[in-house]
Amino acid sequence: MDFASSFALVAPELVLTAAGLVLLLVVAWGGDKLARTVAIIAAAALFAAGFLTIPGLHSGVDGPDSYAFGTLMKIDSFALFAKALIYLAAIGALMVAPAFFASPAAGKERGMRAEYPVLILFASLGMSIMVSASDFMTLYLGLELNSLAAYVLAAILREDQRSAEAGLKYFVLGALASGILLYGISLLYGFTGATDFASVRTALDGDLSTGQLFGLIFVMSGLAFKISAVPFHMWTPDVYEGAPTPVTAFFATAPKVAAVSLTARVVFEVFGGQVLAWQQIVMFAALASIVFGALGAIGQQNLKRLLAYSSINNIGFILLGLAVATADGASAMLVYLFIYVAMSIGSFVALLMLRSPDGDLYETFADISGLAVTRPAIAWALLIQMFSLAGIPPLLGFYSKFVVFQATVEAGLVVFAAIAIAASVIGAFYYIKFVKVMFFDEPAGLVTGKSGTAHWVLLALCAAIISPLGYLLTPSLTDLADKAAAALFVAI
Amino acid sequence: MGPIGIEHYLVVGAILFVLGVLGIFLNRKNIIVILMAVELILLSVNINLVAFSAFMQDLVGQIFAMMVLTVAAAEAAIGLAILVIYYRGRGTIAVDDVNRMKG
Repeated sequence: MDFASSFALVAPELVLTAAGLVLLLVVAWGGDKLARTVAIIAAAALFAAGFLTIPGLHSGVDGPDSYAFGTLMKIDSFALFAKALIYLAAIGALMVAPAFFASPAAGKERGMRAEYPVLILFASLGMSIMVSASDFMTLYLGLELNSLAAYVLAAILREDQRSAEAGLKYFVLGALASGILLYGISLLYGFTGATDFASVRTALDGDLSTGQLFGLIFVMSGLAFKISAVPFHMWTPDVYEGAPTPVTAFFATAPKVAAVSLTARVVFEVFGGQVLAWQQIVMFAALASIVFGALGAIGQQNLKRLLAYSSINNIGFILLGLAVATADGASAMLVYLFIYVAMSIGSFVALLMLRSPDGDLYETFADISGLAVTRPAIAWALLIQMFSLAGIPPLLGFYSKFVVFQATVEAGLVVFAAIAIAASVIGAFYYIKFVKVMFFDEPAGLVTGKSGTAHWVLLALCAAIISPLGYLLTPSLTDLADKAAAALFVAI
Repeated sequence: MGPIGIEHYLVVGAILFVLGVLGIFLNRKNIIVILMAVELILLSVNINLVAFSAFMQDLVGQIFAMMVLTVAAAEAAIGLAILVIYYRGRGTIAVDDVNRMKG
């Protein structure tokens, strides 16, 4: 593999790198008055990078042709699927930002921050390196590039105490997670003698030595932190609540896709020969996330906090698809990820539209009571998102849960599917509480502000994807997900 | 006393790692101490990597250690920057005061 073809494979990353560096300079000299232009160029760069993933995604790439720079990166269908999803989510997070930063919710320093699009670009670049990593060094660098940008994004409202606290908590726990992951990587390196996935996999054949087992456990724990799976989920509600809402929408989507994809790649490509060793860890994390996500959300009054628990719950279902350890399970996981991204962006955009006439944002249950009277369109859109998150049939959220359960049952893990279904019934409680509060409670009459076109477009798009119309997408989505999942199993 | 083997390095690495993790969880005083604990964790990883690298006669571990050092520097810079804006808003960096959000 020569350099030219390696560079051709990483074209999306090159676009993001170039755009990120140039825009960083533009921001350093131009300041906040150029913020809108910078945001538009950043969105265009993400769009271009996403466009570059289409040919490979369509034809399906895997095997030796997908390696770039020796064995450092592997740009196969799986990586391309994750990248396309990450770029879409990042564009969504860029579209909703200007209106938020112009509102009083952004605190004393009103107006779009020029750093925001640049940080989103670098975070997306990090994620795209993460999902195409095929060596622990690439994995670590991608993960850190994403995390470092994300810490700053969480704390971007410098005057807001909650934002700074969210940034601090995210930083401390994220750094701890990176440390744990890295310690695991160092043990794996020592006890297998290599850092690239294929060699480590070969060296891990047969019985695991104690050092290798410790390495596996540390790596899995570090990854569980990044995808906020139980028992490493405690940072999620605080960070989601404290971070500015567009940033929360970003955190709930793109980094989740990246971290889940990375986990899938690590378990199949590194620990592929040790399925029994990691399967029980992932299965435990999956079921615990489903149950704790459902139970933790029940008492919440803050909607962002509630959606944080909802995302923990959804991550559980996604991990359930992974824990099945078959190509069908991995494909179900990718389908779920896509639908989860649409649902999350939809719900956070709806939250961003809960505005007072002067543009302040509301984020508790008390504020949205009787929303169906004051803002029926938002109320109905939220209703669709919540019913879909709960998995109520005609909506696409049902389909995503269905494919995961189908893969679980076909692999003979009926008990685990039953536990997950029971927990999702508990979860339905708080999703339906939204409906009760919005449609049957006394109108609070607070949410009366107008929202911009960008919000309406995104909300309508997400609602359309999740609505029964979304079933038109499922054949091509399943096709892409199958190709992507197959790429993970080429080595086996 | 025998010669110093790989296990001695690994034990030092493990002790530093545990100290770092305990420093994050048991420390009730000061967020700066948490930042130091994070550095300690990363250094323990570096000791592991370099020791393995030396004993296996394989350079990859040392290259990895260089990357970890670089990233650790960036991480410390960002951590301190976030700490500064946190301090400006709250006027304290005591761990027990980091509690604006609960539930």
